[in-house]
Amino acid sequence: MINEEAVFYSRVLTELTLSFHILYATIGVGVPIMIMIAQWVGIKKNDEHYILLARRWARGFVITVAVGVVTGTAIGLQLSLLWPNFMELAGNVIALPLFMETFAFFFEAIFLGIYLYTWDRFENQKKHLLLLVPVAIGASFSAVFITIVNAFMNAPQGFDIVDGQLVNINPILAMFNPAMPTKVAHVVITAYMTAAFVLAAIAAFRLLKGSDHIYHKKALYLTMKLGLVFSIGAAIIGDFSGKYLAEYQPEKLAAAEWHFETKENAELVLLGILKDEDEVKYAIKVPFGLSLLAHNNPKAEVIGLDQFPVDERPPLYIHYLFNIMVLIGMWMVVLAGWFWIGIRRGWKSVQSRWFRWLIVLGGPLAFLAIEAGWWLAEVGRQPWILRHIMRVEEAATTSGHVDLMLILFCLLYLVLGTGSVVVLRRMFRKNPVERELEDRHAERGGDVR
Amino acid sequence: MNLEILGISVLWTFLFGYIMVGAIDFGAGFFNAYSLLTGKQRILTNVIQRYLSPVWEVTNVFLVFFFVGIIGFFPKTAFYYGTTLLVPVSFGIILLAVRGSYYAFETYGARGHKGYSFMYGLAGLLIPASLSIVLTISEGGFIEMVDGRPVLDYWILFTSPLTWSIVVLSLSATLYISAVFLTWYAHKAGDIEATGLLRKYALIWALPTIVTAGGIIFELRKHNPEHYENIQTFWPMFLISFILFIGTVYLLAKRKQYGWAFGLLGGQFAFAFFGYGASHYPYLLYPYLTLYDSFTNPAMATALVIAFILGLCLLIPSLILIMRLFLFNKDYVRGKSDHHA
Repeated sequence: MINEEAVFYSRVLTELTLSFHILYATIGVGVPIMIMIAQWVGIKKNDEHYILLARRWARGFVITVAVGVVTGTAIGLQLSLLWPNFMELAGNVIALPLFMETFAFFFEAIFLGIYLYTWDRFENQKKHLLLLVPVAIGASFSAVFITIVNAFMNAPQGFDIVDGQLVNINPILAMFNPAMPTKVAHVVITAYMTAAFVLAAIAAFRLLKGSDHIYHKKALYLTMKLGLVFSIGAAIIGDFSGKYLAEYQPEKLAAAEWHFETKENAELVLLGILKDEDEVKYAIKVPFGLSLLAHNNPKAEVIGLDQFPVDERPPLYIHYLFNIMVLIGMWMVVLAGWFWIGIRRGWKSVQSRWFRWLIVLGGPLAFLAIEAGWWLAEVGRQPWILRHIMRVEEAATTSGHVDLMLILFCLLYLVLGTGSVVVLRRMFRKNPVERELEDRHAERGGDVR
Repeated sequence: MNLEILGISVLWTFLFGYIMVGAIDFGAGFFNAYSLLTGKQRILTNVIQRYLSPVWEVTNVFLVFFFVGIIGFFPKTAFYYGTTLLVPVSFGIILLAVRGSYYAFETYGARGHKGYSFMYGLAGLLIPASLSIVLTISEGGFIEMVDGRPVLDYWILFTSPLTWSIVVLSLSATLYISAVFLTWYAHKAGDIEATGLLRKYALIWALPTIVTAGGIIFELRKHNPEHYENIQTFWPMFLISFILFIGTVYLLAKRKQYGWAFGLLGGQFAFAFFGYGASHYPYLLYPYLTLYDSFTNPAMATALVIAFILGLCLLIPSLILIMRLFLFNKDYVRGKSDHHA
């Protein structure tokens, strides 16, 4: 017995919660690393600007962590509330990483509390920095464990189904499924990348809004440099993800690339729009591109959608999501590379206002790429919740109240989203960096006297 | 001891942890809001903020640990409880979200913002009420199987005296636990005025707590005779719990040994909670689900237990560290040092 309406609303509610949560989760995974690097640079160079940078980032970070924690709790519970049949099965096979995630999160939460309340408590700054290490590790490992569960949904293994019963369960094998390495690496590095570009956008924005303080210039240079490194890493890992798909989930790759017929020497379809069923218009076609991308060989055969029954093909609109993700990723590599070379060579362009506006735009763009990437990952797995094992509609709840809950959660996310933005703006506007530096100097002067 | 009992004992212990730290946390938020309303914030806010600040996120993890753990050890609970609890638990999530984020907004972004303080105080108080519904439902009689699917009957649920007694118990116990702890904490901070006020709150909430707790056992006789019978066999645990309760109230009334008073309270709730849990055995949900027919496979159970032991090796030292730095650090408690970022 399937309740069609409940299935639909469960999908919408899950998508809403994940789309909202992922913004805060990405910051939660990426920003601790940035704080750590800034504080470390500050200690190394004995430069109070970097230390203050770390401190101010940490202050803003708490607000985003709070929203990340509560929305993470929401999605954790919603998995069981909206997809009870899936969780019953998943609980048997993939509960281990979910369980380990709570430990990672626990570890992070404890040390974040300590780190936040021990600024200047230690004579030796390095000891304080050391407290951040478990925060960063905990945050990144939370992402690792949760992404393992998602990888399992794409490439389930570590069990057999005999007469409808789960047998031969191997939790470790389930964790180390084929989708895991590329997916985990891609999620973690893009979180670092996004955090770097979001912080760069803030620094660029301050510079545009009249502050000419060296503090913001240092922040911009540091974050753009890190952004360059992480975005190149993200592109390389992204390429491996494509090769994984070609091997293990060819239908997802084929739908994302609009690759309808199985063939050798396959071309890569960029951009374009879809007319009728399978007529691609206005696209850029790169000869041999897809074969090269999928198998590192221009002549290789790439499996197309024709190999899959119609009711097992993902929706074709994921091509647009795929393009958004890839184009933004590439653009950020170019932008950060341009900035880095420009600073070293003394190019005027990178100091100009329009270039800084491009950097500001990079913040929201990086978030958009994260969203597009997750929609691609989730919609691209349709119609399965657990590939070739369980369909989405079989997994959903039969409860009749999902629509009402959807409305309530819309309101909740609206309140949390605006609340966090208002509070963050107010926090930094009331205490600009110039004033904080002055205050600190005055305080220190007082000590001497 | 078999793996089933080991699993549920671990989870029950974490749930107990959540109830205790959560109650302190939620009660503190409520007293803070109440003091704003009555113009007593000068007395209370300082001591409450000192306690709450570094630990709020940790509290939340106890809950996450419990529900992730129960799906891991007893996957069938996802089917029964997941399907039926959509509405009550969604309300719980929303309250948790408001409570957690507004607390952070107020503390880190907008100190003294009254709107945020009221909202998180109120939300915190309603969380135990909304989550306690789960315990009520576990007693059976509210879920019917329709076409092989569990369906919750809201009318029966919300007209049952059992439901409302458990709601009242969750509220008064929250305020009682919190007030006793904060009395001790304020005393340690050397804050005489706050100690006096919190002691008064503690004594006020002691009576409703014990009366509703007793009343619930009485109501179970009608609602779930099987469980009621089982409770009888564990009477020594409930007796000890009651004696410890008397001890706490005595110490509070005599204004001495607040630390011991809180210790006895911990014992009171531990005996009652584990006595209740043990008498609930073997059912996770009367009469559909027992520990045994919902238990996961041996491979997963073993993996979870190993992960749990390794996790504890990491957690216990960290928890000791945070307690030594804040809760049991004299300078911190007395407000002599403020090192917030």
